Amino acid sequence: MGLLNKKDAKLITDPFLDNNPVTVQVLGICSALAITAELKASIVMAIAVMAVLAIGNVVISLMRNIIPSKIRIIVQLVVVAALVIIVDLVLKAYAYELSKTLSVFVGLIITNCIIMGRFEAFALANSPYQSFLDGIGNAAGYGIILIIVGFFRELLGSGTLLGYKVLGDPIEKTGVYAFGYENNGFMLLAPMALIVLGIIIWVQRSRNTNLIEE
Amino acid sequence: MEHLELLFKSIFIDNMVFATFLGMCSYLAVSKKVSTAVGLGAAVIFVLAITVPLNWLLDQYVLKDGALAWLGEEYAAYDLSFLSFIMFIATIATMVQLVEIIVEKFAPALYNSLGIFLPLIAVNCAILGGSLFMQSREIPTFGLAVTYGVGSGIGWFLAILAIAAIREKIRYSNVPPALRGLGITFIITGLMAIGFMSFGGMLTGGDEEPKEKKETSKVEKIQEVKKEYSQNEVIECSRNGGIERSRNKEINK
Repeated sequence: MGLLNKKDAKLITDPFLDNNPVTVQVLGICSALAITAELKASIVMAIAVMAVLAIGNVVISLMRNIIPSKIRIIVQLVVVAALVIIVDLVLKAYAYELSKTLSVFVGLIITNCIIMGRFEAFALANSPYQSFLDGIGNAAGYGIILIIVGFFRELLGSGTLLGYKVLGDPIEKTGVYAFGYENNGFMLLAPMALIVLGIIIWVQRSRNTNLIEE
Repeated sequence: MEHLELLFKSIFIDNMVFATFLGMCSYLAVSKKVSTAVGLGAAVIFVLAITVPLNWLLDQYVLKDGALAWLGEEYAAYDLSFLSFIMFIATIATMVQLVEIIVEKFAPALYNSLGIFLPLIAVNCAILGGSLFMQSREIPTFGLAVTYGVGSGIGWFLAILAIAAIREKIRYSNVPPALRGLGITFIITGLMAIGFMSFGGMLTGGDEEPKEKKETSKVEKIQEVKKEYSQNEVIECSRNGGIERSRNKEINK
């Protein structure tokens, strides 16, 4: 591997499982849950966070030697806010319906703790290239959780995936609905996102017992 | 009356934690002990009560489409609303800093109990979320913006107080090892959120009385409320008469 040596590869793969930003570091849950009722929204959110985090990490890392440490929080906020405005305008221009679904949660990427956390913990002390990889890795770890939650909520809640009726038509009773299957509309409501995430954490910690608290 | 309604709505129905998942990071991180949870909750009420009205003014007189009209005719065409994220977060960061300095100077006792939480709050999603929801729900007057800020803060306070109390007790229960800590907290929060959903139908009950007198205005009002909450799944479902219909809507889409 010419492009990625072992240490760099670890930066990308580590946040996926053992050091997942959502389920292990408990960061970025704020905006993660509210938009996961549909798979499509989750994917778009994951991509948006990845763009902001990767670019932001590079920018902060480039400026790391000239940012006075006393005002670093404000500098970081300005960098994220500027990037989020760009993402928001791009979404409004090319995916207007989706940006309506995401509503204020695009704006809330600014206060997503993953972003501030990575700026603070990684980008301020590492080179731009490594920061970029770290940004991609962490955003992917966040995105994968979003996509898992979105997948289960959309599949069980409305019987579709990305809008396609994978389980058949509930009104004309085709597919699994012919056998009396019913959608669980409860999955579309806010509280189930929390419970699904709780179950993901349960599964993850049962497989990797090092992560169990106390 | 509308203040009371908005207060109730922002505390219970649109509870920041249970309906919109705002401020979850600090909600999970600082809810291990009741005393610290109370400190953070109080600081959130305080900061929301200041920043939401301030951002309301900013939105009305600077950012909104045509808001600069008070400067003169030629400014009436400006629409600066794309700047709102950066302006809101700047206002919040400065206000938090300012409040910290003022409290430290004039109320050292309060500073000792709130002080350490204030810097944490600048990046709490509940604060920015409060301002952004205020903007997207188009709160009409300054007074209502104050009420909305205070109400959202109280709702967040209640949520963190409740989960901290439960977490203190749950230490004595036999939770499966893999669920201990974070996992069980998520599931409890989910169950609490289901409980809070039952508040959803309450405001429709309150609208009953003026209905006979002002038929038209009530319809308008409900439509307005519906529009206001289009992002809020909980309300949408209870208003549509249950899960069934909202599901059908999903399918039709």
